[in-house]
Amino acid sequence: MIQVRLRHSFGAFALDLAFSAPTPGVTVLFGPSGAGKTSVVAALAGLLRPQYGQITVDGTPLQDSDAGLFLPPEHRRLGLVFQDARLFPHMSVESNLRYGMRRAPRGPIGFADVVDLLGIGALLQRRPHSLSGGERQRVAIGRALLSQPRLLLMDEPLASLDLARKAEILPYLLRLKTMLALPIVYITHAPDEVFAIADTLVLLEAGRVLAAGPLTELTARGDLPLAARDDAGAVLPAEIAEHHPARRLSLLHSGAMRLWLPLVDAPVGTRLRLRIPAREIILATAAPEGISLHNIVPGRVRAVTEDAARHAALVEIDAGGAVLLARITPDAVTRLALAPGVAVLALIKSMAVDVLPR
Amino acid sequence: MLLFVHKKKFFAQEPSIPAYLTPDEWTAVGLTLSIAARSVIFGLPLAVLVAFVLARCRFPGRAVLDALVHLPMVLPPVVVGWLLLLLFGVRGPFGEVLYAWFGIRLVFTANGAALACGVMAFPLMVRAIRLSLESVDPGLEQAARTLGAGWWDRLATVTLPMAAPGILVGAIVGYAVSLGEFGAVITFAANIAGQTQTLPLAIYTALQTPGGEAVAARLSLVSITLAVAGLVLAEWAGGRLRRRVGR
Repeated sequence: MIQVRLRHSFGAFALDLAFSAPTPGVTVLFGPSGAGKTSVVAALAGLLRPQYGQITVDGTPLQDSDAGLFLPPEHRRLGLVFQDARLFPHMSVESNLRYGMRRAPRGPIGFADVVDLLGIGALLQRRPHSLSGGERQRVAIGRALLSQPRLLLMDEPLASLDLARKAEILPYLLRLKTMLALPIVYITHAPDEVFAIADTLVLLEAGRVLAAGPLTELTARGDLPLAARDDAGAVLPAEIAEHHPARRLSLLHSGAMRLWLPLVDAPVGTRLRLRIPAREIILATAAPEGISLHNIVPGRVRAVTEDAARHAALVEIDAGGAVLLARITPDAVTRLALAPGVAVLALIKSMAVDVLPR
Repeated sequence: MLLFVHKKKFFAQEPSIPAYLTPDEWTAVGLTLSIAARSVIFGLPLAVLVAFVLARCRFPGRAVLDALVHLPMVLPPVVVGWLLLLLFGVRGPFGEVLYAWFGIRLVFTANGAALACGVMAFPLMVRAIRLSLESVDPGLEQAARTLGAGWWDRLATVTLPMAAPGILVGAIVGYAVSLGEFGAVITFAANIAGQTQTLPLAIYTALQTPGGEAVAARLSLVSITLAVAGLVLAEWAGGRLRRRVGR
């Protein structure tokens, strides 16, 4: 469990927030620039001393203003990956990797494992200035991991990379997440990174927490800024139940919901996450016939929120545990008399669902 | 270069052959190099410390320290020499203590000449080092901190290695300035052949002696060679180190 309570003001900007997140798992702090994301990370790392702070990671207090406790960064044992890598230019890649390792107590994370996990074996004798941006960031992640941190902090680690480099690093982050039971606090303003790796989401705006909770819950809410984005849509945990190679379809379970998707290239039992874009869901009160559609998911309306700017309405649908978010016209809401509690069918095109690794 | 190559040959020849240095002149060259080395060896650590304080610390009196460090650059060297006489003379506040406690006398000695050179070279050394310290990215020190490095650890493994090019340049510039220092040395350490008579003093003495132009010319040539070598070395070593730290 990570527990954070911070108050700090710099001139006109004030930070006043509290959140907690389960560990292990990836907690993403998400918000526009200027929301205070980097200040929160600096406070977690101890590089910023907030005027008031209560920070506890897995029971270890790092700061407790009430008790007058403030651990300096060098004693916090948090690995921090900066946006700009910050490798030591006067050292080889290997010396960089071993820098934190030498100063940490022996831990579970081994040098060879990290080198292998991040695919940086061929770079060990190189100098940082001869590396590409993506390679640098992988080395920086390795360096932080090898300091045997109790928590890995990542401050927009992909923000300075182009799309190709981003795509190169993301799989390593996912491997990191699944292979090491290490809590990660990850900062980003890129929604695709949120959907791909977050377990817990903390939405920040102007120094405050707008909402915090499991990714699946927050992405299904119609009343958060996430829902106003083009790419709004619920993220659901799912598991592959059956493959039907002849039909070129896979059947996935998410709670009580059954979804047919184009054949997924992974064995039965694989746990995945699905992202169902809100604008791709059609709502109906009676099942249509003679239609190409595979997925007709029964559920009940949980909430209806108006999005005046788009002349749209966001409908949250509880489909037996999994919650979907649909963006439809306010006119459709009126015609179908959609209101909380009303039974409804969600029509989901197989081709519209994004399949993401867990 | 000719002057050095024929050193061996010189001993077999008449000392009056003007193209080569006499033993006394070689002594002056050796003494100059040794005094300059001492001035850098003792001055550099102090220069690094002062440069660090000026670059990193904010405290009342910082401007005063800054002015004090730069004073030798703007004062006439003779005045610096005289102030050193007042402070480090056998009756001066520091000189008396040094002599009474450690038996060290600085006035009219080679070490005194090194002190005078060190004081004159100090502002240039501090400037070079301070510039390089200020250009060290504080983000790297933060990174070292999050990786568990304490204050001294960061200084030794990140800050100083990153500032190494500037420290080296400071040392070489300090050495070169020490080779040429005249006014402060002659005032504080006097012009004693074989003890405090460095190259500039020897050249001056030669020029005061009737018919000494040839000696002055040879010694000047040595001076010029040393100075050019110093500059080339500073450029080459600084460039190499800068590449090492990835700038």
